[in-house]
Amino acid sequence: MIHFVVHGRSDTVGVIVTEQVAPGERLSGWNLETGESLEAVAAQSIPLGHKIALRRIAPGEAVIKYNVPIGKATCEIAPGEHVHTHNLRSARW
Amino acid sequence: MRAETFRGYRRPDGRVGVRNHVVILPVDDISNAAAEAVGRVIHGVLPLPHAYGRLQFGEDLELFFRTMIGTGANPNVAACVVIGIEPNWTRRIAEGIARTGKPVEAFWIEGHGDLRTIERASRAAQRFLQQASELVREPCHVRELYVSAKCGESDTTTGLASCPAVGEVFDHLDSLGATMSFGETSELTGAEEICASRAATPEVAQEFLRLFRAYNDFILSHGVDLLGSQPTEGNIRGGLTTIEEKALGNLQKIGRRCRFVGCLKPAESPRGPGLWFMDTSSAAAEAVTLWAASGAVVHLFPTGQGNTIGNPIVPVIKITGNPVTARNMSEHIDVDVSGLLQREYTLEEAGDRVWEMMIRVCDGRLTCAETLGHREFVLTRLYPSA
Repeated sequence: MIHFVVHGRSDTVGVIVTEQVAPGERLSGWNLETGESLEAVAAQSIPLGHKIALRRIAPGEAVIKYNVPIGKATCEIAPGEHVHTHNLRSARW
Repeated sequence: MRAETFRGYRRPDGRVGVRNHVVILPVDDISNAAAEAVGRVIHGVLPLPHAYGRLQFGEDLELFFRTMIGTGANPNVAACVVIGIEPNWTRRIAEGIARTGKPVEAFWIEGHGDLRTIERASRAAQRFLQQASELVREPCHVRELYVSAKCGESDTTTGLASCPAVGEVFDHLDSLGATMSFGETSELTGAEEICASRAATPEVAQEFLRLFRAYNDFILSHGVDLLGSQPTEGNIRGGLTTIEEKALGNLQKIGRRCRFVGCLKPAESPRGPGLWFMDTSSAAAEAVTLWAASGAVVHLFPTGQGNTIGNPIVPVIKITGNPVTARNMSEHIDVDVSGLLQREYTLEEAGDRVWEMMIRVCDGRLTCAETLGHREFVLTRLYPSA
């Protein structure tokens, strides 16, 4: 079972591809660009299609997906946490 | 291993269609009743009611004529009956469609009334429908296809699976000399520089960036931004957080190798083979209507959360990488590529699945949207009528 997929080698978030992951659950993933297998631990429950932080992200730091910024963290994000509208905002509008 | 031929309808202008519709095209809102009445009298014709066509002017009127003429001229249309309130605009549209060499007749209601117009138009529609029923499909090559792509109700699985699978198909179509188009100007925000880098020449890149910036200036001129519209509520529910993230997923549709050779106005036909950028809305029904009017004969539509859109004259093939959507909305999904996320197959094999369905649909298989009666015909407006 693959729980999460990462687009690029320098991404700081992955995407959950199973229906739900539970807090403390050990997750298996893979990187689409490198083909490498990855592991992570969910800090929270995260639904299918939503993002998980792969490392600590500082407030104001760019969040990286597809190897490019997709917006800025609005607060500190710990590894394994859910990344979405509550802690990530567009740099465009 | 991917099939390169299918059986299509070769039209008098040499273009190839994959459907054989006889369209009843109202010129304006007040001719919808007569067009729909013809659809009830002659079974099997396709009336296309819409909300516009009166007191439009300038560039908006030009887009209206381009959309109407392009819809009737589309190779998926065998013949067309045009019905308007007055003769001038009705004739202008009918003459535009007639340049393809296909059968067209024009009727106007002023001086005749709805009932006499319905009778005369129904007699023409009956003749066209019987003629069309005798046309036969013949072998065609995929390089003769014009394929458009746009995604809708996207989520993060769109950028991971369904859009890259369509990108695989676009790269292959490009290598065979087919014609393709993508667009969704507002939905490239955050990926516009990457998109510009995929232009075939610096001039094309500059033209793309000019169109992109013009759209952004238009939004700013209203003193607003697209927060709340882009991403949509459905996108956010599916895990997409920002417009940049949505745009990067969207752009996966144009593959990894092919480069776009030019930019098109809304509903403008490509001037040759290859990949073309069209300046379109990101709203699904509007955008697919513009591509149909530009001559596209089949549309590839990746979806995450499950968009239901169809088009009256162009088959819309739905592709999803979301396993929950594939299960819960299976009647809308033509191709399920969710196995890609579980590494059950490769991206190339996901592309094979989309390709195989595209060929089957071009051969005549009905899409999910066609069987469910999705016939969204939605005209793009640039500004209000006079």
